[in-house]
Amino acid sequence: MNPNIKRILFFTVLIAFWYTGSKLEWWLPIILPAPEKVLEALLTGFQDKTLVYDLIASFKRLAIGLGLSLVIGTGLGVLLAKSKTADETLGTVVLALQSVPSIIWLPLAIMWFGMNEKAVIFVVVLGGTFVMTLNIRVGIKNVSPLFIKAAKTMGVNGWDLYKRVIFPAAIPYVVTGSRLAWAFAWRALMAGELLSTGPGLGYTLRYASDFGDMALVIGVMIIIGFIGTIVDQLIFQRIEKSVLNRWGLES
Amino acid sequence: MIKLFIEINHVQKQYADKNNHQVDILKDINLGVNKGEFVSILGPSGCGKSTLLSIVAGLTPATGGEILVSRKRIEKSGKDRGMVFQQAALFPWLNVLENVIFPLKKEMPKKQAEEQAKKYLQMVQLSNYLSHYPHELSGGMQQRVAISRALAMNPDILLMDEPFGALDEQTRSRLHDQLETIWSETQKTILFVTHSISESIKLSDRIVVMGIKPGVILKDIKVDIPRSRHEHKKEMVELEEYIMGFLKKEIDKVIREELTHES
Repeated sequence: MNPNIKRILFFTVLIAFWYTGSKLEWWLPIILPAPEKVLEALLTGFQDKTLVYDLIASFKRLAIGLGLSLVIGTGLGVLLAKSKTADETLGTVVLALQSVPSIIWLPLAIMWFGMNEKAVIFVVVLGGTFVMTLNIRVGIKNVSPLFIKAAKTMGVNGWDLYKRVIFPAAIPYVVTGSRLAWAFAWRALMAGELLSTGPGLGYTLRYASDFGDMALVIGVMIIIGFIGTIVDQLIFQRIEKSVLNRWGLES
Repeated sequence: MIKLFIEINHVQKQYADKNNHQVDILKDINLGVNKGEFVSILGPSGCGKSTLLSIVAGLTPATGGEILVSRKRIEKSGKDRGMVFQQAALFPWLNVLENVIFPLKKEMPKKQAEEQAKKYLQMVQLSNYLSHYPHELSGGMQQRVAISRALAMNPDILLMDEPFGALDEQTRSRLHDQLETIWSETQKTILFVTHSISESIKLSDRIVVMGIKPGVILKDIKVDIPRSRHEHKKEMVELEEYIMGFLKKEIDKVIREELTHES
């Protein structure tokens, strides 16, 4: 059977169960509101533009945060790959920072930047930077020595060697790093918004929760999950696949 | 004295092993090559033949001695010495034509570079694959692209490090013929590293036989068989047997040494 048909069937069954359970009052609406209520909340949200503004605000923070983390991550990654001393000192710090969820920085960030956008963006940047750093570092270290030898016999040295051989050879790692940085940044953004101030998807989620509007809570959760899946599956995984294939790295 | 094109004088290569003992990879290598000559460097694995080629290419520094090309001492790698490796080492993000243009890019206008690249791709009969990417080509085709990439910068010397070692027998044989044609058309000086005796006899003017532990030149054999050589099977077989016997003694010596080491 076509996997898409399987998926459609699966979701139909799931929603049918949800609908039936709500109708027969197997659970209270405050625990899990009926699907049509969720749909209604979403439609209202889009009609009065709250959710539209939320999406715009969230994506603005994500764009700034992810953009910064990709730039900083690449810079740090190149530094760690090239300088043994930096790798042995700063590299340890990066590894340690990568192993903690970036949201733990929020209290400190609020003290530094105030209860505003900057604090959230800071957390997003921390979320994406280190995974990008580690991927770029590995990408540059893993460039086949054969490529470098071949380039040298063709008279390519120094900065040119970086520009024409090492960076292009590391592109698969750039793509993987970006994909992971996006995933971490997206999670960090939602957590940050949830604990900070609006507008934004995470903020609306908490706001709805405070007012007991569980239909909107679930509606926003669905939006968050939907965006995450679309970006990962339809954008990053496709790029990654075609790059790995071209670079001859696909297993 | 005859002026030699490549002079390898007293070249040494040592490295420190894990017990910090100095190990000789190459010991007092002396070799002269004339312009336009096809010289094979033949030897068993571990004799340092690839290291020697890498030193000539300027990729590995020697620990002693010097190498002169046209009387000039080699310090580092350069476009006068094109190199072909056992793996094609094509850049996967560039297509066939772009790979061959790669060494020409900073030297000449785009149009001219493209024409020159196409000329050498035609020489290896790959004109129909200009926009293919390396992963879409067979191993033999990739190696032909690598050869035309090395030729495209018009080097005086072509260094080949077991270029056909990873290919199947039929492909290898076809590429031998192609290489021979290219060599006679372009008049390059070729240094060809191989561990295949028949390959070296088929292709070269001279065969330099190396021995192991340490890597030294044992013999310098002139191949006096007229080309094309497939018409002279008998002489080729005779020479092959002679070299085989010679190398066998050398390999036996090493095995004996290893056995006494172990006991």
